[in-house]
Amino acid sequence: MNRDNDKGKLLLNRTFVFACFSVVLLLSLIGRLYYLQVVEGEKYKTLSDENRISTRVLIPPRGRVYDRNGELLAFNDQNFQALIIAEQTPDIDKTLESFKKLVPLTEKEEMKIRRDIKNNRRFVPVKLKENLSWDEVSLLQLYAPDLPGIVIDEGLNRVYPMGIYTAHFLGYVGAVNQAEMNDDPLLSVPGFKIGKSGLEKLWEKDLRGHSGNLKLEVNAYGRVMKEIEHENGIEGKAMHLTIDSRLQKVAQDAFGQESGGAVVLDVHSGEILAFVSVPSFDPNLFTTGISYKDWNDLLQNERKPMTNKVISEHYSPGSTFKVVVALAALEAGVIDENTRFGCSGVMSLGNHKFHCWKHSGHGPLNVVGALKNSCDIFFYEVALKLGINKIAEMARLLGFGSDFHLGFDNMQKGIVPDKEWKEKYLKSKWQQGETVIAGIGQGYVLVTPLQLVTMLSRVVNGGYAVVPQFTKLSLKEKSKIKKLPISDKNIEIVKKGMYEVVNGEGGTARRAYFNVNGAKMGGKTGTTQVRRISMKERQTGIIKDENLEWRLRNHALFIGYAPHDNPKYAVAVVVEHGSSGSGVAAPIASKILKTAVELGL
Amino acid sequence: MYESGFNKNLSLKEKFFGLNWGYILCIVILTAIGLLALYSAAGGSMTPWAKNQLIRFVVSFFLMLFLALVDVRVYLKYSYLAYFVVLLLLIAVEVFGHIGMGAQRWIDLKLFKLQPSELMKISMVLFLAKYFHSSTLGQIESIKGLIAPVLMALFPAALIVLQPDLGTALMLLFTTMVIFYCVGVQMWKFYVLGGGALVFAPIAWHFLHDYQKNRVLTFLNPERDPLGSGYHIIQSKIALGSGGVFGKGFLNGTQSHLNFLPEKHTDFIFTMLSEEFGLIGGTIVILLNLIILIYGYLFAYRITSYYGKLVVIGLNTNYFMYVFINIAMVLGLLPVVGIPLPLISYGGTVMLSVMASFGIILCMDINRNVNLGRQSFHDE
Repeated sequence: MNRDNDKGKLLLNRTFVFACFSVVLLLSLIGRLYYLQVVEGEKYKTLSDENRISTRVLIPPRGRVYDRNGELLAFNDQNFQALIIAEQTPDIDKTLESFKKLVPLTEKEEMKIRRDIKNNRRFVPVKLKENLSWDEVSLLQLYAPDLPGIVIDEGLNRVYPMGIYTAHFLGYVGAVNQAEMNDDPLLSVPGFKIGKSGLEKLWEKDLRGHSGNLKLEVNAYGRVMKEIEHENGIEGKAMHLTIDSRLQKVAQDAFGQESGGAVVLDVHSGEILAFVSVPSFDPNLFTTGISYKDWNDLLQNERKPMTNKVISEHYSPGSTFKVVVALAALEAGVIDENTRFGCSGVMSLGNHKFHCWKHSGHGPLNVVGALKNSCDIFFYEVALKLGINKIAEMARLLGFGSDFHLGFDNMQKGIVPDKEWKEKYLKSKWQQGETVIAGIGQGYVLVTPLQLVTMLSRVVNGGYAVVPQFTKLSLKEKSKIKKLPISDKNIEIVKKGMYEVVNGEGGTARRAYFNVNGAKMGGKTGTTQVRRISMKERQTGIIKDENLEWRLRNHALFIGYAPHDNPKYAVAVVVEHGSSGSGVAAPIASKILKTAVELGL
Repeated sequence: MYESGFNKNLSLKEKFFGLNWGYILCIVILTAIGLLALYSAAGGSMTPWAKNQLIRFVVSFFLMLFLALVDVRVYLKYSYLAYFVVLLLLIAVEVFGHIGMGAQRWIDLKLFKLQPSELMKISMVLFLAKYFHSSTLGQIESIKGLIAPVLMALFPAALIVLQPDLGTALMLLFTTMVIFYCVGVQMWKFYVLGGGALVFAPIAWHFLHDYQKNRVLTFLNPERDPLGSGYHIIQSKIALGSGGVFGKGFLNGTQSHLNFLPEKHTDFIFTMLSEEFGLIGGTIVILLNLIILIYGYLFAYRITSYYGKLVVIGLNTNYFMYVFINIAMVLGLLPVVGIPLPLISYGGTVMLSVMASFGIILCMDINRNVNLGRQSFHDE
């Protein structure tokens, strides 16, 4: 019995130890609970919210673009797409059949839809068709009872009502590519589009607006349970352009089937009134997704519809450059209004012979007569007296060689050659002959139509350094435009020459003459060779332009302004392979300026 | 047959009033909390879980009362027999489990699924209690006296490991060890066992199923596989932690209702409770279980017979194992081994087995003054 007592005591002692141990263990669980729920509670609250809250970024409407008269040039249109939610239809096949009767689907589309349905969870909406027409939407709504599980979703499409007329300065929008991704969450939203070229790209920051937020509660499988927060985005800033869509349309239509560029400025402010590059393209094609064929056609076209000829192509200015040379010579004092040079049709310099376009020669001419007749010999002589650096100095003063800080990424600066330029880029010494041909805008000098019109504006506005603008200048900004160190007297002499070109008897652009209530235009023609003429061809007779294939014909240029007495508008027209500045470019410029005067912008 | 030591036979009425109603109240409150949790887990619905669980509780409750009112000597008498019957059942499901379709480890009783491994937890305690009741301290402290009980514990445990149900097998072995400890097996034997376990652990690792290995590895580092095995424990900690002090409110647990929390009505029900009722709710559940545990120890203290004491200690330990392993598991303190929280988790088998245990414990307490004497091993 003694041993039994010991046995009982031992049981009691041991059990007491274990009981204490088990109580401590259970109490330690409360400690652990306290640690997880109080000490680390906030951390887990955040994790729990991350689990259940799914935030969707809402795309804000893109800013609208208006012309100077409040005409819409770019806006956002509702875009409807049909989606199917598999779990909401009792019979997918039947629903799809009904849908196909209302909105036809190609076999390929249907295959993709069926694949998408199979690959997604049953509550995930699958796209059936996008860009539904209004008729299709109405039909689908009418037959909604036969279409269980089909929902119509609304998005926004960028629309350019003037299409081809605005393509080259507005540009277009497109899907975001990998290189354009940054930390803006909008960029990763499927279907979001950003500016790809032109002002759409340049003003992306303003036009984009600010994204909205949709906070949804989702379960572990991603199904949406309820909406927690809905914050609409802020529409992008509306932009008002200086473009006049009426003038734009006339200007672009004036080109007919030709290829080239034209740009019209308000000479006092630099505001761009029209901006034409033809042939053009329809930017709306890019919004809905351009077909492979359409894209290929655009790229293969030898007239390069995707190239912006106003800012991205540069051309030899040809005789239009004589305005710059004349002004430089007058300013430098190497000639005055009465200085005359005799033109016999040819000038010799060393072993070289330099020809005038008129083989028989013009006889003695002063600067006004030389501009009127576009005499080459006069400007050869002037250029020689002046030297290349003086010419380059004036050219830069008038805006050549500059991109005006417009910010487009596809802008050409052109070339204003001088001695330093040649040594730096071509590693050789400047030749006198090069000065001679620079006098008539040939050789190394290259300009864009935008630079041409800026140059002309700076001359005819009395020497104010205007810069091309797409948005209106405030009065304060206008008053800040710098006066260039060019005398009014010399400007008047050059203007007189340009007046004679159009209005004078025998002027090279006499055919482009107009008179709207006394408003007449002045200007300067230019025709530039794009091919080399060999000595042999020169001896046997130069092939006439119309007998050459298109891409070898001369470029036709014209710069013009109106009204002559009180200049307001300046235009530069380049017709690629248009053969003749006076015959092809001048009439286009005339039509544009006449319209501008008539519109009285 | 029995030594004439006991004082009197208790009448049924005396027994009924001898039931410890405070103990029973704790059981009822815990079950009620469980029903609330199951109602919430179903998104605010009695079906499919809460209603079934309620029916099972009522049935089990009567079973508990029945077992509490049975003559205490019956337990002592049939302790060995019960063990062997359950062992046969265990072997039977093992055999039929292999022959039959898939690996079915239970006998279907419609309302309950009878798992012999659950019954074994109880009958093992009864077996050991009777064995040590009959042993002298000398026998307990001798090696020879331990051979039989060790084999009797290892054999069913091995069968259960083969099922494979590592969690239940380990629970069975732990309970056995606690009983060995309480009856007075010398400490050095435990040290030898512990040393042996350390040596053989790498070998045993070899024999674990891949999913069992994964569970252990994932326990050691849940972020190892956040979408696979680690998902459960990570989501459980998020649910618990985000509950804070006061919880997200009844029916408002986002982790559970949005299905981020797996097994929310079974193994992870404590997590759901703590998400919705916070630290306060979780603490109440733990404290109620603690009270049940302490009641058990008090019963063991005041019961006069060695057999009764040991039965209560064993069954109490069993219950403690359930509660501790389950909660420690969802709190990320133990590997996920698939042990439910008794009275609260949905499931008939465990409900039946713990209510039966409570019945037996209550019976031992009612008859705390009945002298069962000390039987020698060969008496039966």
